[in-house]
Amino acid sequence: MSTAELSAPRGGAPAAADGTALAAHARPGNGLRTWLRLLGSELRLMFRRWRNLALLGVLVVLPVVLGIGLRVSTPDGGGGGPNASFFAQLAGNGVFLSFLALTILLTLVLPLVIAVVAGDSVAGEAGLGTLRYLLTVPAGRARLLSVKYTAVVIFGLAACLLVSAVSLIMGAILFPIGPVTLLSGTTVPLADGLLRLLYVTLYVAAGMAGLAAIGLAISTLTEHAIGAIAAILVLAVASEVADNVAQFAVIHPYLPTHFWLSFDSLLRAPVDTTTLLHGLLSFAAYIVVFGSIAWARFTSADVTS
Amino acid sequence: MSSGEVASAPAVRDDAAPGAEAAPHPGAAPGPGAAQDAEPEPAIVTSGLTKRFRSGQLAVDGIDMVVPRGSVYGFLGPNGSGKTTTIRMLLGLVYPTAGSHSLLGVPMPKGTVQVLPRVGSLVEGPAFYPQLSGRDNLARVDAADRTADPGTAKQRITTALDRVGLLAAKKKHYRAYSLGMKQRLAIAASLLQPRELIILDEPTNGLDPQGTREVRGLIREIATGGITVLVSSHLLAEVEQICTQVGVMRTGKLVFQGPLEELRARGSARIRVTTSDPARAAEVLGKLGLADVTAAETEASAALGDQAPEQITRELVYAGVPVAGLDTPRPSLEELFVGLTGEGFDVDG
Repeated sequence: MSTAELSAPRGGAPAAADGTALAAHARPGNGLRTWLRLLGSELRLMFRRWRNLALLGVLVVLPVVLGIGLRVSTPDGGGGGPNASFFAQLAGNGVFLSFLALTILLTLVLPLVIAVVAGDSVAGEAGLGTLRYLLTVPAGRARLLSVKYTAVVIFGLAACLLVSAVSLIMGAILFPIGPVTLLSGTTVPLADGLLRLLYVTLYVAAGMAGLAAIGLAISTLTEHAIGAIAAILVLAVASEVADNVAQFAVIHPYLPTHFWLSFDSLLRAPVDTTTLLHGLLSFAAYIVVFGSIAWARFTSADVTS
Repeated sequence: MSSGEVASAPAVRDDAAPGAEAAPHPGAAPGPGAAQDAEPEPAIVTSGLTKRFRSGQLAVDGIDMVVPRGSVYGFLGPNGSGKTTTIRMLLGLVYPTAGSHSLLGVPMPKGTVQVLPRVGSLVEGPAFYPQLSGRDNLARVDAADRTADPGTAKQRITTALDRVGLLAAKKKHYRAYSLGMKQRLAIAASLLQPRELIILDEPTNGLDPQGTREVRGLIREIATGGITVLVSSHLLAEVEQICTQVGVMRTGKLVFQGPLEELRARGSARIRVTTSDPARAAEVLGKLGLADVTAAETEASAALGDQAPEQITRELVYAGVPVAGLDTPRPSLEELFVGLTGEGFDVDG
């Protein structure tokens, strides 16, 4: 009951007393506390679904496989391209397995995870028919949408943290660990390196939050979750492909995926804040624009499922 | 049923229901409807409520519906006549293209947040998360309700499950529920909070006769608490026994609305003479100016019109017709209903 007393109800008497149950019932809710209750319910539903747990399982297995694979082969012989510097560093420091894992999973697996939970968020409820029951409770359309989005963002954050943590552990087991030599050549203490890893993870999660907003908007357009999931994934991959075609250079900064890998700015001394800010601004713009689209669509659409 | 969660509505129940059984009474005035004046504002009022879908299909065509407080309103009509779209509009799921409506005196869909907590509903069959138990599904519904007190959630869920007889199956996964259990879980969800109005869309759809009886009993029980109930069905027989009011839909229009007796009184009576000389009887009936005279092997019949059966009897006897029996049957409610809504497979437009 302590939470009930903690939150300050907006206007009117607190709902605690049993005698006023009816009055409390008729009074539309007290903001944050009931919102958090719905979010808790949403998260329980999300994290208890076998499909979502399987996705998280994949995010555990892949860094493990990656670490073992790189340990068995000679790491510095591996790959060219944008990851080359990570590969080169890995031999000297296991922390770089985390950066490597995030980089590799960002191309397909992490977007897939976001696509699944974001695409399912509204379309899944519509397809199941539970949406009409949530709305007649009434959960409130804008309120439900905000809860849905928050839950997807939390799931994305959890996914990124999981990748970082698992690959950090694997890196520590399989490779030497110690002071981190940054991409700019400076060496920083291990604690500083780990802090930078945390920032990198949060930056990647912010990028995923941008994709989640696109996914949410797509999810409000259909009652077929699988269609929404496919559409989000196609969009993410198309954006990545376009980002790699030099002729499209003009549109590159506007692509939703363009800044995803810019987290390497955090691995330089001094940190390249300009690129980072551009990235965060790009994610924020996608969240605002597609969040608005989702809101406009969801609060005005007929629910006929 | 433990802690008085059930009824909260102040509405007085009008006692028209028992009268429904005593209806074969030709002169029955459409009385009970007029006694509603003293009641508070009706539970549901719609005015010119219309829905034209983007496809151009006119699903609901300007209906004016009034559901008096405390009544059990049978919302009838064949499949596809616009009942579910109307109910979705009432609950703010679908936005009307014209017209307006209010629930419990609150204009909708503006008042959704304010009024829907006092309205329980079941729309177009039950829908829950298959991977959750019945109890967890209700907890989910309750968590979405910003007016629900989380402190009493457990107890309210238990009470609701108990009322629909699902307490023993509360831990069972929803996907393992039978259709009847699913239907009852949906009703339980509508009983989680004290309600003033309950809207049930086809609550007996797909149920076996046993399940239908159970649901009917449940509705009757809800209604005795003074709660207004709107129950839709495409089968008159399913709701006939529990309704005080009926509204009949046909292709998007409300073709009848009023007390059940009024619908009953609508049918024009016939006079039927059981006799060994039907030809003669038919001749007499014809001479009296009655329309639609028919003669069968052992009986003759005609539309009664406004003639007194006593007078006709006398004429028959004077004419020497051996009258073995005489009655003035009215069409059954089912016949009237079908007359209003059209025969099966009759899809207009």
